[in-house]
Amino acid sequence: MRILVAALSFICLIALPVSAQDSPIQQLLQENRTLIEQSSRRTIGPAIDALRDSGLPAAQAVLEKWQARELWQRKSDGLFFFAERTGDGYRLIDIATGADVGSATGGEIEQLKPNSGIRALIGVALVQFQLTDPDPARRMAALDAIARNAEAAHLAPLRASIATETDPALTSRKARLERLLTISYDDEPDARIAAIESFAGDLGVDARAALNPLVATTRAVTAGDPPATENVARRLAPGSDVLSEAAAHALLVEAGLVAPRISASDIRAALAAHVENGQVGGVPVAELDTDAARERAYAALAAAGLVPATATSAEVAEALSSHVFYERYAETDPRVTEAANAALDAIALKVGMNQAADLTLDALSLASIYFLAAIGLAITFGVMGVINMAHGEFIMMGAYTGYVVQQFVPDYTLSILIALPLAFAITFAAGVAMERLVIRWLYNRPLETLLATFGISIALQQLAKNIFGTQARPLTSPGWLDGSLVVNDIVSISYIRIAIFVLALIFLGLFLFIMRRTRLGLEVRAVTQNPRMAASMGINPDRINMLTFGLGSGIAGVAGVAIGLYAKVTSELGQDYIVQSFMTVVVGGVGNIWGTLLGATLIGFLQKGIEWFNPSNTLAAQTYMILFIILFIQFRPRGIIALRGRAAGD
Amino acid sequence: MRQSFIAKNPSVLIFLALLGLFTLAVTILGEGLGIGLISTSFVKTLGKTLCLCLVAIAMDLVWGYAGILSLGHFAFFGLGGYMIGMWLMYARTELIVVESLAQAEIPPTPDEIRDAIGTQIFGVVGGSDFPLVWAFAHSLPLQLALVVLVPGLLALVFGWLAFRSRVTGVYLSILTQAMTLALALYLFQNDSGLRGNNGLSGLQNIPGAGDVPQSLMSIRFFWASAAALAIGYVVAAFVVSGKFGSVIRGIRDDEARVRFLGYSVEGYKLFVFTLTAVIAGIAGALYYPQAGIINPAEIAPIASIYLAVWVAIGGRGRLYGAVIGAGFVSLLSTWFTGGQAPDLNVGFYTVKWVDWWQVLLGLSFVLVTLFAPKGIGGLFDLLTGRRGPDRHGADLGPGAGSFREKEAEQ
Amino acid sequence: MSTLLEVSGVSVTFDGFRAINNLSFEIGPAELRAIIGPNGAGKTTFMDIVTGKTRPDAGQVLWGERSISLLKLSESKIAREGVGRKFQRPTVFEDQSVFDNLLMALKKDRAPWRVLFYRETAADRTRVGELAEEIGLADQLQRKSGELSHGQKQWLEIGMLLAQEPRLLLVDEPAAGMTLAEREHTTELLKEAAKTRAVVVVEHDMEFVRRLECRVTVLHEGSVLAEGSLDFVTRNQQVIDVYLGR
Repeated sequence: MRILVAALSFICLIALPVSAQDSPIQQLLQENRTLIEQSSRRTIGPAIDALRDSGLPAAQAVLEKWQARELWQRKSDGLFFFAERTGDGYRLIDIATGADVGSATGGEIEQLKPNSGIRALIGVALVQFQLTDPDPARRMAALDAIARNAEAAHLAPLRASIATETDPALTSRKARLERLLTISYDDEPDARIAAIESFAGDLGVDARAALNPLVATTRAVTAGDPPATENVARRLAPGSDVLSEAAAHALLVEAGLVAPRISASDIRAALAAHVENGQVGGVPVAELDTDAARERAYAALAAAGLVPATATSAEVAEALSSHVFYERYAETDPRVTEAANAALDAIALKVGMNQAADLTLDALSLASIYFLAAIGLAITFGVMGVINMAHGEFIMMGAYTGYVVQQFVPDYTLSILIALPLAFAITFAAGVAMERLVIRWLYNRPLETLLATFGISIALQQLAKNIFGTQARPLTSPGWLDGSLVVNDIVSISYIRIAIFVLALIFLGLFLFIMRRTRLGLEVRAVTQNPRMAASMGINPDRINMLTFGLGSGIAGVAGVAIGLYAKVTSELGQDYIVQSFMTVVVGGVGNIWGTLLGATLIGFLQKGIEWFNPSNTLAAQTYMILFIILFIQFRPRGIIALRGRAAGD
Repeated sequence: MRQSFIAKNPSVLIFLALLGLFTLAVTILGEGLGIGLISTSFVKTLGKTLCLCLVAIAMDLVWGYAGILSLGHFAFFGLGGYMIGMWLMYARTELIVVESLAQAEIPPTPDEIRDAIGTQIFGVVGGSDFPLVWAFAHSLPLQLALVVLVPGLLALVFGWLAFRSRVTGVYLSILTQAMTLALALYLFQNDSGLRGNNGLSGLQNIPGAGDVPQSLMSIRFFWASAAALAIGYVVAAFVVSGKFGSVIRGIRDDEARVRFLGYSVEGYKLFVFTLTAVIAGIAGALYYPQAGIINPAEIAPIASIYLAVWVAIGGRGRLYGAVIGAGFVSLLSTWFTGGQAPDLNVGFYTVKWVDWWQVLLGLSFVLVTLFAPKGIGGLFDLLTGRRGPDRHGADLGPGAGSFREKEAEQ
Repeated sequence: MSTLLEVSGVSVTFDGFRAINNLSFEIGPAELRAIIGPNGAGKTTFMDIVTGKTRPDAGQVLWGERSISLLKLSESKIAREGVGRKFQRPTVFEDQSVFDNLLMALKKDRAPWRVLFYRETAADRTRVGELAEEIGLADQLQRKSGELSHGQKQWLEIGMLLAQEPRLLLVDEPAAGMTLAEREHTTELLKEAAKTRAVVVVEHDMEFVRRLECRVTVLHEGSVLAEGSLDFVTRNQQVIDVYLGR
């Protein structure tokens, strides 16, 4: 009878569509039922492993559902199902086929509730499936998850998945991740070293993150030589820069090798607590105003057993000289640490070179800002010999023009396109008015021009403050100028800075064109060289001076719009650039656009260079830059490109 | 010799007499010793103004006489203030610290006192150690010497570098401006050792004079400022009166000619530059104890430019012009920016002078440069032109005095 | 005859333009010499080199009995060594009186400290009086020199040069813009000065040069073309070509 039943059921298994409840995956779960029901992180391992290694197609789905707490168990027979809530009950779904296999009330089934530890274990197990998932996005997500939170267990499935990967981008990503995991988790030193070496000169932050723990050190102290089992990075001499005597002493105390020293304030407190009849340990209180007297008093107290003994200076010195201090790597294999150090050195070199490139870009953009700010000044100073202290205020006027235009024209691209010529027109007019009203009465009195234009400068600045208030006004750049051009993890430059650089180039070209190719330029050059002769040739020097001054001021206005795009627009905007602009002109040499260009480049690079040495401190950078310029003037009093000979005058 | 100097410069005697009268008047009207018509704070303002007059004299020497438009003399002024401020702050903090530590059961060691002072002074910039520049701060005589030495040496080194390479005119002006900007930026740093942008404060409390009321202290400082101004005026008049004055005015007018006469122009410029830096340092050392606080903003380039404005408005190339300019403009400035000036209603708009004073100052400065290059001092030429050379000094005096008297009553 | 100033093989270039080309020149301790030459011949540059204003690219400038090189000295040091220079345009200190101008030029210690405590003595006043007499400005001593006529300014400048007591006087176009009577006075001043010191006069005006009755050096394109009496050089064909040919 029993044989018959068994035979029948066997036939059923073979011949009939396999009953849902008896699918291999269900059987596997039933085999591990005790463990699953136990649901303990310490014992669940074999169950998860069995599922993972089963090779069954439904294994991944089951693991995922389990992890997501969507796996249910029927109380009556202990079978596992997926379940969906339907009204007041649940619809049961077969775990192997996904077929609907009836329903149950909430009381009949029980939800599996794996704790976080188990869910993490399931996650690791799932990695293998995810890495070979048909959907590339899911494979990518799995790689991201591993990169974020790598574990030793990831290494094997990752390796296994590379061979079957079809997407080239994912293949290389997997290979890189595999090498990173090899560094951290492989058991084979040679494999690790090979992986480490493959990252020499790699700029990725992940590479450094994998390598840095290998060379992390801790400090230790021993009486004799360090044990041979330890991977010693270097020995430290107490009292050197890297290991102060106090730190060495602290190490000794930590290792229990010497008694701690009582700090000066503790001694003081201890002494204060033991004053008796105006004396402490036989020393009168009034005499305790030197460290020597306090030490004597404390020693007396310690001898009497009233306070814990403190190590004397001699004891500490003795202990320091009789012990060996060293740094050891947490990684025990010296070959690995050596390779890691070498790889990190190579990376540091590469990073340094890329930082230099990034710095160069920064410096270039700073230089173009200075150039824009200074070019107008260079024109008026070079051509007319007029120092315009109000130049900075013209820059400010340009920036405020941009701000006002944006109040009326909401489209940022359009408003900038309107603001640029409008700023030029307004500051051109202001410059011409200033030349007509003030400056032309002061030709050949440069110091007085300087002071008069300064008067205009403070008046304009206060006027701006009265009109626009003291708070900064926004001048927003169009959307297509947001963001930056990223070359790699280190080198990047914002589009606004590129735009300013381009603007500077345009103005250089424009200036050269006006000076060399137009009638105005010819006349300006003639007036510069010999005003009287030019006048006798029918050139009106008055008109030329007016136009030149207007041109210089107009360019300041355009520079103002450009500067306003990335700096705050305040009434002090011009002030921030005026001294640098003067420096640019002075360093570059008067009367030569190339000089101004070189001056701006020099100052931009110098400032960035100094900031690089001391990145936290732009104030110091400016200080040292000005000192450098004062010294530079010693050697080239007339700037980089100086007119020589009789033409230079005196 | 002395006789002939005063005989040649009658304006010096008149100036001294007027300054004496003014000092006497303020003393009688002031709160400390007199009838209290002038408030202590205004006595301080007047005392500070006298210091500004002194630094204006220095500016006039270097610009009006030697033709060097320095836009950096407030750096020296500020350095003088910092030097005295270091002692004032150290000594006062020491008194407080010693007093508080004396309450403790165990008497403090010298190190503990020093650490406590350091924590008090530098806690605000997150430090407690004394930087090297404070090495002499415990000693009044040494710090007083530094009031003279630090501005003097800075001027000597900077001047030597600049004049040696024949930097002149606007180049030199810009270079001096750069110098003061560099110094201000340096001092703005917290690790400059001078408390960054907090500056030095509490300078009005003179150590060891805790029981002297501020009203009396303000009068004493007023006297000291007046005495310094008097001495400074006499020294400056002595420098510009004789052949030295001829030479430096010659340098102002035609540097090359002086050089071909065999005078080492650089040496003379350096002498004047350094001397005026020292005068400025002394003026600063008297100014800041009356102001009570000094911070790096005080030596920003703008301050030195205002100095040039005062001298230009007062009339450069004449010492009393500098005094008038500094006194007049700075007091007027205090009046306007202090909110005391009545608003001006022009119908559609009310002019608030706190906002519009700078505009007025800037524009009037342009007008003075354009139409009255001799400044207010030029007015006395008009007067003397009518009354003859004998009355030259007599006319200028009452003018200078009355400007200040008039301001003093407001 | 010994030599006071010896210039040898001096060249100087401004932006590719050779202003002075291998120039050599000598003058004795008490000699009057005129330098003539067309515009751009290098006359003013020559003076600039001797007085230290311009540093030559090559060559030597030796001075005095001890043959000191002037090339290493500053302008003021050269002036103190005894080289006086008068500029083309009269440059006196217009803001100061004639007396102060002359007093400033008097040969005295030039160090700032000494000048600061200097007070003029009776002897100094007498000396200034004598000089004023010599240049014909005795009754103008208290006037501001800016109020003087052009000719008077020229004389005042010559007076200042004489007050310096230089051993070599370099005078750039002293007669320019003078009336005939003023020229005669100037000629007398220069000839008188040349009795005790070397005087080099740079001049365009042949008539004025003829009155000086002295050796003449002709400069052309930065070097010496001819040297000798005025009659001698004016007969020189090259000189004629240079002056008339272009």
